[in-house]
Amino acid sequence: MRGSEKALVALGVLALVAAPFVFYPVFVMSMLCFALFACAFNLLLGYTGLLSFGHAAFFGGAAYFTAHSVKEWGLPPELGLIVGMIGAALLGLVMGLLAIRRQGIYFAMVTLALSQMFFFFCLQAPFTHGEDGIQGVPRGHFLGVVDLYQPLNMYYFVLAVFLIGVFAIWRIVHSPFGMILRSIRENEPRAISLGYGVGRYKLAAFVMSAALAGLAGGLKSLVFQFATLTDVTWQMSGEVILMTLLGGIGTMVGPIVGAGLVIALQNSLATSQFPVTVVTGAIFMICVLVFRRGIVGEVIALASRRRKDR
Amino acid sequence: MPETLLEVRGLNAWYGESHVLHGVDMTVRPGETVTLLGRNGVGKTTTLRAIMGIVRKRTGTLRFDGQDLLKLPLHRTAHAGLGFVPEERGIFSTLDVMENLMLPPVVAPGGMSIEEIFTLFPNLKERRSSPGTKLSGGEQQMLAIARMLRTGVKMLLLDEPTEGLAPVIIDRIGDALLSLRERGMTILLVEQNFRFASRIADRFYVMEHGAITTGFPVGELEARMPELQELLGV
Amino acid sequence: MVTIFGVPVQALLGQLLVGLINGSFYAMLSLGLAIIFGMLRIINFAHGALYMLGAFVGYLMLAHLGISYWLALILSPLAVGLFGVIVERVALSRLYRVDPLYGLLFTFGLALVVEGGFRYYFGVSGQPYPTPKALTGGMNLGFMFLPVYRGWVVVASIVVCTATWFLIERTKLGAYLRASTENPVLVQAFGVNVPVLLTFTYGLGCALAALAGIMAAPVYQVSPLMGSNIIIVVFAVVVVGGMGSILGAILTGYALGLIEGLTKVFYPEASNIVIFVVMAIVLLVRPAGLFGRDA
Repeated sequence: MRGSEKALVALGVLALVAAPFVFYPVFVMSMLCFALFACAFNLLLGYTGLLSFGHAAFFGGAAYFTAHSVKEWGLPPELGLIVGMIGAALLGLVMGLLAIRRQGIYFAMVTLALSQMFFFFCLQAPFTHGEDGIQGVPRGHFLGVVDLYQPLNMYYFVLAVFLIGVFAIWRIVHSPFGMILRSIRENEPRAISLGYGVGRYKLAAFVMSAALAGLAGGLKSLVFQFATLTDVTWQMSGEVILMTLLGGIGTMVGPIVGAGLVIALQNSLATSQFPVTVVTGAIFMICVLVFRRGIVGEVIALASRRRKDR
Repeated sequence: MPETLLEVRGLNAWYGESHVLHGVDMTVRPGETVTLLGRNGVGKTTTLRAIMGIVRKRTGTLRFDGQDLLKLPLHRTAHAGLGFVPEERGIFSTLDVMENLMLPPVVAPGGMSIEEIFTLFPNLKERRSSPGTKLSGGEQQMLAIARMLRTGVKMLLLDEPTEGLAPVIIDRIGDALLSLRERGMTILLVEQNFRFASRIADRFYVMEHGAITTGFPVGELEARMPELQELLGV
Repeated sequence: MVTIFGVPVQALLGQLLVGLINGSFYAMLSLGLAIIFGMLRIINFAHGALYMLGAFVGYLMLAHLGISYWLALILSPLAVGLFGVIVERVALSRLYRVDPLYGLLFTFGLALVVEGGFRYYFGVSGQPYPTPKALTGGMNLGFMFLPVYRGWVVVASIVVCTATWFLIERTKLGAYLRASTENPVLVQAFGVNVPVLLTFTYGLGCALAALAGIMAAPVYQVSPLMGSNIIIVVFAVVVVGGMGSILGAILTGYALGLIEGLTKVFYPEASNIVIFVVMAIVLLVRPAGLFGRDA
């Protein structure tokens, strides 16, 4: 990373550390959860080139798994998160195995249909309590010591998990494995001809993305202390796509920016009568038509053009 | 009838950023068969595609039958009287032979009737219900030429019609093209096969690095063979 | 009382009829999707919203203009088709050159806007749409009771699907469409205005969705949510049938409707997901779909 980039990252982290003193902590925590979700999703879309339209299954599914394990089995929050991640990873493995058999558009449709199947399962399964969802999820004590019912404690716990998750994604993307993923995105036939078992790499990326999305989902269930059906709907899958597209597909920071913007937008519209989905849909259409690089993508393009002109 | 049917002057063309044609000059008179020779990759196919309008980024002068081709959108070029037979033949697999044959719309009067086309290409008549791509290479080439004949176009652009075909089929195609010439069809042909070209062509152009370097009538072909063979690396 | 596998025949046939009705709508909707995908290579996520739009246009025309069902059968598809033409000209045509995923995302956004807008104005509850007088009542067939309108839906959908199939597979226009999916540049070089064909195709697909919608109005009620409830099932139908195949979409639509109906009888809890289970199996065994050509 360049010096200027490192400085920006440090600044960003500092801002996040200071945030709960300026903004309502639950609001920022919500942003962090979705930002992690979007980053995990971007690992699959931006770096491997696979559009999944069913990521809500991992996000919402892990929310259920974490909530259930913390509430019914009495696990501490960190273990609850791990249970959520493992559940999401397994779900990702099953869905991935089926979906990888198709390419491109077909892949997206299959993930959509499979996650819809999971939605109906969640609707009917006893442990999810259907339309009510799992309520009253205890936050517990981190490592048995830190009381997560204290807003600041919870905030820094969430921030720490967020930073670990994003760092993990950053490491994956910049590793040799990540390079191969990107080569698959750029030119899959070429990657195949170079001898890479492309199917296995795609599946691995899918499972990793699912697990990290699951981490975000489990985290969210701890923050809000409930897990609901809303988080496994295809509308939620669409939301994370929007966050990533708006922020910038294939950039590390883009999904974070996108998530922040979408959550802020939803918050500001929540009090007004104006329908949020109309605005969301309109932004989708505009982004796809004229703004495909997303905010961060455009900023990066602008910066590199100015560097060339100097 | 105008003196020249196709007038190309200073034609430059680009594939995206890549500058492929560097000022092509050529003319084709009505009823002539003109052959474009050149090594692989010099821009012969691009020239045909630029004339047709498939390659859109063009500058220069391009006039056909008095019309400015540069102003026309792709789907109007055929209506000006130009028919295109691509190198890959372009037979549609979702259509049978008859549908392939009937597909290009009639753009002007004076085209051949189906019976006349079947007289020229009898084996197409036999195979008319087969799916387009079940035909042999030679039959597909004949179909690709045949379907343009119904449309009433004044000039055919043919891209390597004999490529990959057996000598017997090549002769049949040559006969068909001669037959068309007798009916007044103007033909611009890209070919590597000298023998075939010498049978049917009136004039030759040689292309190098995206521009025409020489032109000569068929009478001079024999004399120029040694230099051509060197130039074209055959 | 006659029973099959412990289920009374009346109940079985009743559910099969419901399945056939659902299948009729699946067939019409997946037909429109398959046509749009075949020609434009775009997955029209807005298809469900257009179906809903078709039903609503019919409902609004009846409520405010007194326009009957029969007129609505023609006007609603025309109106929605026109809407589709505008969308294609203004926006979709710009997306043909980029990754097809953007087409999916654009139509997804469109679906959100249309559905969100209608939800805002009409709420989520359904509005009833009266069965047209000529089609009310029912017939006693001896082994079961057949409501006339239900029978009409099945017959009309078969007619619509057959007519569309005929248009695509047996007419000159259809030949242009099929050839354009293979090699649009060459078809244009022949002198055919392919961009206009593409616009027409999208409009046709939208009109088909709207027609399904107005036909569905007396059966399912008119609700802003009717589109999103059905669209994902239709996606699964198209994946099973094979995306490039018109006939595949039609047959699979009816078949899956019947399978859904059967499941409701013998194993009701699974009736929501049986279509997705079938899809999963087909993906394992024949990834290109039952009638699909490309992998």
